[in-house]
Amino acid sequence: MTTNDSKLTKKDFTSDREVRWCPGCGDYAILATVQTLLPNLGAKPESTVFISGIGCSSRFPYYMNTYGFHSIHGRAPTLATGLAITRPDLDVWVVTGDGDGLSIGGNHLIHALRRNVNIKVLLFNNEIYGLTKGQYSPTSPLGAVKKSTPMGSIDRPMNPVSLALGAEATFVARSIDTDRQHLSEVLTAAYEHKGAAFVEIYQNCNVFNDGAFVALKDPNQRDDNQIRLVEGEPITFGPDNENAVVARGDGTMKFTPTEKAGDRVVIHDPKKEEPTTAFALARLSHNPVGPTPIGIFRDVERPVYDELLRDQIDKAQSEQGKGDLSDLLSSGNVWDVVN
Amino acid sequence: MPYHAIPRDAEGVTRCASSRADRAGEEGNSSMSSTVSGDAGERTRVQLSSAVVRFAGDSGDGMQLAGDQFTNQSAVAGNDLATLPDFPAEIRAPAGTLAGVSSFQLHFSDQDIHTPGDAPDVLVAMNPAALMKHLSALKSGGTVILNTDAFTSRNLQKAGYDEDPREDGTLTDYQVHEVGLTTLTVRALEEQIESGELNKKEAERCKNMLALGLVSWMFSRPISETEAWLDTKFAKRPELAGANISALRAGWNFGETTEAFVFHYDIKPAKLPPGQYRNITGNQALSYGLVAASVRSGLQLFCGSYPITPASDILHELSQLKRFGVATFQAEDEIAAVGSIIGAAFGGALGVTASSGPGIALKAEAMGLAVMTELPMIVVSVQRGGPSTGLPTKTEQSDLFQVLYGRNGEAPMPVIAASSPADCFDAAIEATRIALTYRTPVVLLSDGYLANSAEPWLLPEVDDLPDLTEVFSFATEEDITDGEFLPFLRDADTLARPWALPGTPGLEHRVGGIEKEEGTGHISYEPENHHRMTALRHERMDRIADDLDPTEVHDPSGEADVLVVGWGSTEGPIRAACHDLRAKGRDVARVHIRHLNPLPKDLTEIIRSYRKVILPENNMGQLVTLLRARTLVDIKPYNRVTGQPFSAGELVEAIETLGWGESS
Repeated sequence: MTTNDSKLTKKDFTSDREVRWCPGCGDYAILATVQTLLPNLGAKPESTVFISGIGCSSRFPYYMNTYGFHSIHGRAPTLATGLAITRPDLDVWVVTGDGDGLSIGGNHLIHALRRNVNIKVLLFNNEIYGLTKGQYSPTSPLGAVKKSTPMGSIDRPMNPVSLALGAEATFVARSIDTDRQHLSEVLTAAYEHKGAAFVEIYQNCNVFNDGAFVALKDPNQRDDNQIRLVEGEPITFGPDNENAVVARGDGTMKFTPTEKAGDRVVIHDPKKEEPTTAFALARLSHNPVGPTPIGIFRDVERPVYDELLRDQIDKAQSEQGKGDLSDLLSSGNVWDVVN
Repeated sequence: MPYHAIPRDAEGVTRCASSRADRAGEEGNSSMSSTVSGDAGERTRVQLSSAVVRFAGDSGDGMQLAGDQFTNQSAVAGNDLATLPDFPAEIRAPAGTLAGVSSFQLHFSDQDIHTPGDAPDVLVAMNPAALMKHLSALKSGGTVILNTDAFTSRNLQKAGYDEDPREDGTLTDYQVHEVGLTTLTVRALEEQIESGELNKKEAERCKNMLALGLVSWMFSRPISETEAWLDTKFAKRPELAGANISALRAGWNFGETTEAFVFHYDIKPAKLPPGQYRNITGNQALSYGLVAASVRSGLQLFCGSYPITPASDILHELSQLKRFGVATFQAEDEIAAVGSIIGAAFGGALGVTASSGPGIALKAEAMGLAVMTELPMIVVSVQRGGPSTGLPTKTEQSDLFQVLYGRNGEAPMPVIAASSPADCFDAAIEATRIALTYRTPVVLLSDGYLANSAEPWLLPEVDDLPDLTEVFSFATEEDITDGEFLPFLRDADTLARPWALPGTPGLEHRVGGIEKEEGTGHISYEPENHHRMTALRHERMDRIADDLDPTEVHDPSGEADVLVVGWGSTEGPIRAACHDLRAKGRDVARVHIRHLNPLPKDLTEIIRSYRKVILPENNMGQLVTLLRARTLVDIKPYNRVTGQPFSAGELVEAIETLGWGESS
């Protein structure tokens, strides 16, 4: 990651393009947070690249005064992989959504995560197809009555955090569009993570799926439902931390009144090599309508793909010498014809 | 004797040879043209102009390996040559079945040749299935070497023989040598088996080397190169190297000492242009061409690919060339492969992805994105039989329309086709030149035949290769005008847009698949802008055509009124057929097209100037449709899709009929 001593501001990361999301869209809040955060992290506009697929969220690069690539549906992680491999000097971000990243592009997402390519993936989850005007998405709840599901969705929704953990991701987190402070903390950790970072951001689509995350966002409910994961702290929630997360004998987790939990309260450790605990936390909530963990589920170190690839090139060059084209062409059986 | 040899009909051989003597020195169908000369006595050395040898056996019999080595020996002997490997798609079909037969054909000559030969003069059949599958291809009077050990009743049954072909007259028209190749091999390795160095199965597996040794003796090929190769290949298992070398020598000695083989043959070195040569397959030449383009442009080569027959060798080859800074990435699928090279191209690398028809279909949308974002990269399509999975290991030219038109919207891409295995090297460099000069993705077409076939290649001098640093430069801060960088402001001549790499301060910009405003590159839905941008993307193809060399017309007499047009891998057979036709007194001209998009500008005029124009293709008439539309000339197609390249013989017949026949 690049560092910078000069004082850059949000303005330096803001392009001159008019932002064209629907008024009230959660994307505005995420954009403002990212534009404010990057200069504070020491990022440089010229060394930052935002790559997106197709969907409302994928318009994001146009509004960043950085390098940007608005690619095709679901394929952003593939472009990001090719760029990150060949240009280790850059900060490569992928912006995707629940349709782009989990449906049409699901394959690329899981492979980019398992390879641990040095990219930061922001998945804006609004549980709906917005750009195509309101069809159910891979994260819409069962029974969702949408344009293409007049009798209710019969697709079991996907849990993006579970998927990322299952795909061997080394950094997995979740945050909320309008919680600027929490989102900034999570994105800072993602930026500082070496390798692939996956951040699910609950994002409200006020036109086609308004209120999907009300349980976590409404001031009257959020304290009851946000389970904030903090490294080294016991996992409790509720206005007075009256609820706790404890482990069952089979490794799964459940909620218990804190007073009954005693020392069985799970202490959050995202650095655990084994993803089992992180996975159990992800399974506490399949849809964010009740108590749901937010924060960093997993943050472990593993060799980064593009570094391993460059190491092999370096090794080949140090062992065999830098390639000589003439030698290559005349390798193998060669004979001379003299006339 | 462990074998049963049918006494050789010496007169038959002489007759067989003399009947072809009139074709000595010619190209095409002719081979085994001979002059009996040399040492009288037990052994007669026969001077040949050329010969075609086919090794056929089970997939596990090592036929490709034997063929490769025979090819190397012939190259070292200075012959011109062309090869045709042919293997099943199944990795290991049931042993002894027709489905499992793998073959390798080599045509070698003291003349300049362009095809792997039509009918073989010598067939080595390692089992009944190989005989069943390949005997009909053999020339009448040709030589068959049978591994008689494999002719068990069970194997005969598996091959579909009701009667033993050795006894029922099937082989009457051929010179047959029944040799117990397996028995001889085991016998040659008796010591190693007894000492426990090898088990019997390992020993038997060396029988391909025994067969190779025998054929090497028949054609006076030096076996020292093969010995050296075996030493290297089995460096970690010297006992296997030793066993294979013993089998190879035993085969040679068997020919030398057995009276069954009255003749052996000699083919003088071909008179090729002077210089240093090596053998090369199409996939290897293509890979080297990409590396050469990387070296000559100073750009890092990034290959993102997904395994697919017959293109995988390119990924394999490049993955071994990391010392050239080459980065290879085996993607999770074809789409990811092309996506990764678009990302790499955006970052300033020379991106290449190699695939075949089914994979190109998956890449289509992303190739459109590459057209829209105007980034240089190479998409290699090694065509195979289609549609769908089709014939994975067989050749075809049926993906021309796919690469020309298989994308949504008006999405023109330059298309370049290689015409011979060695030409894949030059075609790769030319594809890169166009990609970098005009800032566009380019399709490089090869096919299954070129990919796996080999030919001698006159090595180029590295300094003579095009200097690709001259054709492009990266944008700098100097490209900022009036405080603004315009990522879609084009070069007046090439219409190339600036290649502005992330990391360059002040040039931050966004690209993508949505239509862009000319100049600024901002999203634009303005009607006239879209028409103008579409026209510009087409206009760029015209600019490429403006810069192409004049089309070369091959018309030695200058009198021809019949023109044969070809593209891609048909050049060898078309060239051979035209040669044979001219020898028969038919004046015929030919043109071979390398640039399929844009087409050369002088092509229409050339085509319109002939009485008859004929276009053979290994598809159902793709280029012919295009050229008829463009030239309004009633070009006559000749189309076959057998999974095999054309033979020169069938083209002679087709061209003669279409050019001079009654209906013509």
